[in-house]
Amino acid sequence: MQSLLYRLNLDPVLLTAILGLGLCGMLLLYSASGGNMDIVTRQGIRFGMALLLMMAVAMLPPPVLYQWTPFVFFSIALMLLVVLVVGSSGKGAQRWLDIGILRFQPSEMMKIAMPMMISFYFAERRLPPNFRDVVIALLLVLGPTTIIFLQPDLGTALLISTAGLTVIFLAGIRWRTIILTLLGAIAALPVLWHFMHEYQRRRVETFMNPESDPLGAGYHIIQSKIALGSGAIYGKGWLNGTQTQLDFLPEQTTDFIFAVFGEEFGLWGVLLLFALYLLIVLRGFYIAWNAQDTYARLLAASITMIFFTYFFVNVGMVSGLLPVVGVPLPLISYGGSSMVTIMVGFGILMAINSEKRLLSK
Amino acid sequence: MKKQQQKNQIDNPIYPWRRYAVLTLFIAGMGLLAARAVELQVFQHDFLSKKGLRSQTRVVEIPAHRGDILDRSGEPLAISTPVDSIWVDPRKIELTDRAVKGLASLLKMRETDIVKKVETARAKGKGFIYLKRQLTPELAKAVLGLGVRGVGAQREYRRFYPMGEVFGHVVGFTGIDDQGLEGIELAYDDWLRGEPGARRVVREGRGGVIDDVELISPAHPGKPLTLSIDGRIQYLAYRELKAAIKRHKADSGSVVVLDPHTGEVLAMVNQPAFNPNDRHQRKGERTRNRAVTDVFEPGSTAKPFTIAAALEAGGWEANTIVDTGPGHYRVGGYTIKDSKNHGKIDLSEIISQSSNVGASKVALQLEAMDLYAVFERVGFGVSTGSGLPGEVGGVLRNWANWYPADQATLSFGYGFSATTLQLAQAYAVLAADGVRHPVTLVKGQAAVEPERVLSAATARKVRAMMERVIQPSGTGYRAAIEGYRVAGKTGTAKKLVKGVYSEDAYTAVFAGMAPAAAPRLVAVVVIHHPRQGGFYGGEVAAPVFSKIMTRALRFLNVVPDDMLRQPKGAQV
Repeated sequence: MQSLLYRLNLDPVLLTAILGLGLCGMLLLYSASGGNMDIVTRQGIRFGMALLLMMAVAMLPPPVLYQWTPFVFFSIALMLLVVLVVGSSGKGAQRWLDIGILRFQPSEMMKIAMPMMISFYFAERRLPPNFRDVVIALLLVLGPTTIIFLQPDLGTALLISTAGLTVIFLAGIRWRTIILTLLGAIAALPVLWHFMHEYQRRRVETFMNPESDPLGAGYHIIQSKIALGSGAIYGKGWLNGTQTQLDFLPEQTTDFIFAVFGEEFGLWGVLLLFALYLLIVLRGFYIAWNAQDTYARLLAASITMIFFTYFFVNVGMVSGLLPVVGVPLPLISYGGSSMVTIMVGFGILMAINSEKRLLSK
Repeated sequence: MKKQQQKNQIDNPIYPWRRYAVLTLFIAGMGLLAARAVELQVFQHDFLSKKGLRSQTRVVEIPAHRGDILDRSGEPLAISTPVDSIWVDPRKIELTDRAVKGLASLLKMRETDIVKKVETARAKGKGFIYLKRQLTPELAKAVLGLGVRGVGAQREYRRFYPMGEVFGHVVGFTGIDDQGLEGIELAYDDWLRGEPGARRVVREGRGGVIDDVELISPAHPGKPLTLSIDGRIQYLAYRELKAAIKRHKADSGSVVVLDPHTGEVLAMVNQPAFNPNDRHQRKGERTRNRAVTDVFEPGSTAKPFTIAAALEAGGWEANTIVDTGPGHYRVGGYTIKDSKNHGKIDLSEIISQSSNVGASKVALQLEAMDLYAVFERVGFGVSTGSGLPGEVGGVLRNWANWYPADQATLSFGYGFSATTLQLAQAYAVLAADGVRHPVTLVKGQAAVEPERVLSAATARKVRAMMERVIQPSGTGYRAAIEGYRVAGKTGTAKKLVKGVYSEDAYTAVFAGMAPAAAPRLVAVVVIHHPRQGGFYGGEVAAPVFSKIMTRALRFLNVVPDDMLRQPKGAQV
């Protein structure tokens, strides 16, 4: 067993945590969908396929990944442009590229391609980067982010820029530059506000004061806080959450599934779930720490960072700490796109991990 | 040195403090989320779970059963049956093909109509619209069985009128929200209407009720109402009037049957009629209860009251002779005509031959005030107070403003107006030996004391005179009833069309009572503008009276009082 995992480049720690979360997700989905076995089966199949994809990626040697990085990045950026111009519209936003039977979101793939590209860019340069390199890296981040923001998909745009900026930060940018950039970002907020869509602005406003619109946009936050609060310490038990079972929770199988978890399993369950996520994050961090070259180190760190951001933004949003942006709870929320992205990320982490292993022998 | 895989990577230094910064970020982020979870799930638990309970429960109305309306023998005329209305929350429903198709086929609506209705309401931000109302509980259950999110059912009561058209005008109807809109339903709305109750229920986010929590107040059902109407006589009147209207190609008509000793209305029908169960028929002309809303000039049916006034004034007897020759008479510029020269006739012949000249001459010898008093006391000029919606009282001008011509024309029923119900009420005074019982549509209701308005002797004498109308030589012989003596009067009034008396449009009237010696029933038949088969009251209205009364008297087991005209086969 040990040797099989070893030969497949699978990291037992990551694998255990991933399987644990996936199983937990399916149990939760059964409850959140009101006992809909169809949804659970579909999610199970999706999870299995993503797992296979992860295993395939884990077998890729990082040098190959490294070589292909610019090609992958620019072709996905091109697809993003195509989507923006001709993409089919789903839920009022243009995100999907429809090529015959296959419909996919290039923005989703960008979540991996972005850290790959920035890592690639800095891998060949002396660090800490000089001003020119930082500007070019920032431009590389800004391009796809802007396109995705225009789609409009605020959540994904934030995630992708976070991924890119993380790499820039880890590459060793100077503190002075960071502070200046932060001040610039704060100054840019009003400009961003100006370009935001009406519904995006409303989300931010609702976040500031959910009670102002209890039946409209604020409904989500109020209902999910009620669900979490009524879960108390020990929870109401699986399949017993009233908010959930009575269908008060919005999007309870997707973005708000954490509220279902909190209501049914209580604080203990929540802390246990956090521990599983923390385990994955720390393991990713460990892999990055021990990576053999700049590219692998930066990539592993930023993939871990993306995963953490996913988790943090989703839980923060459901518990009312952050505005409602459409970010799923990784590995648990119902849906395919983000599951694939995250699994590919894990595959890369595992590949990097086994390369270190090979070299150290 | 480029494109050589890893080798073109530069071996860069590692910045440990950055690693620790990132690690700290992870731990701090986790800590923040955990703290938030503790805050919500431990410290805000009470507040949030109470808030949840509040939004999960809701007070809903329990509809109250509206009181039934019954006829005098307890036959149902209006009953409420439970139905379910299908509603939609436009914010929650997802208009998938399957949902729309399922709803359309069960509710028998067009798919495009459903979509349009929901979209319109959604655009207005509504959270509740009725998709279709008043379905059978079985059908509503099937609709809920579709499992479409945002669709629910609400229990209501629907009014049903088992007698349909026969009672349409009297009973009236209710609106979609169970409120009385016409007829008795409107007049007695407060009585019939119940008081809705309330209960607290646990509801789903999609609106369906899961569980009852508590009963806040029970629903108080409305009270039933028993009408004075006799369903059998009502049906008879309906059938005979409808046939007559058709036979004579008339515009419209009304029949009222009264019990003169209680003032109770036993039948009240009109043509054209409508079926209160059919929403599409509930509008316009045909819903008018003409027996109380429409006035007409009673014509010769007013003559018995002129004669009664003469008898009350004194100095006149049934055999007092009046010279009606030469068959016409000028008063103040008007010429009053008879159909032929009746010569010298007595008071009873004025009635039986229906002489306008005779009635006018009698009237002009009376004090205007005395004549007015009799008309006023038998109920002309004032609404009967039946309470039916839209009832009017007709016009009887005060005697102080009369010219001689007014006094003369009043005597044979022109220059004043009355409803069919008013005319029936006036004849009921003659039938009840001079006592006026306020008319009512509710069984056993005696709100106002009966009042003597004519002497018993006068009433009996006028009745005896009116019996001669039904003799083979009288104008109303077609009103005769086998086995019973009938007293009555025909009337044929020219219709007022745009303020001018028409030469070809008439109102045919017959008002009468039976048995003549001690009347049990009074009936008035009014038919407007008959176009075929005659137009005289004696030709058009009298036969209807006869047909209704023949059967009605038997329904009530009234002992026959006419030994000379026994029904065929009856041997005494």
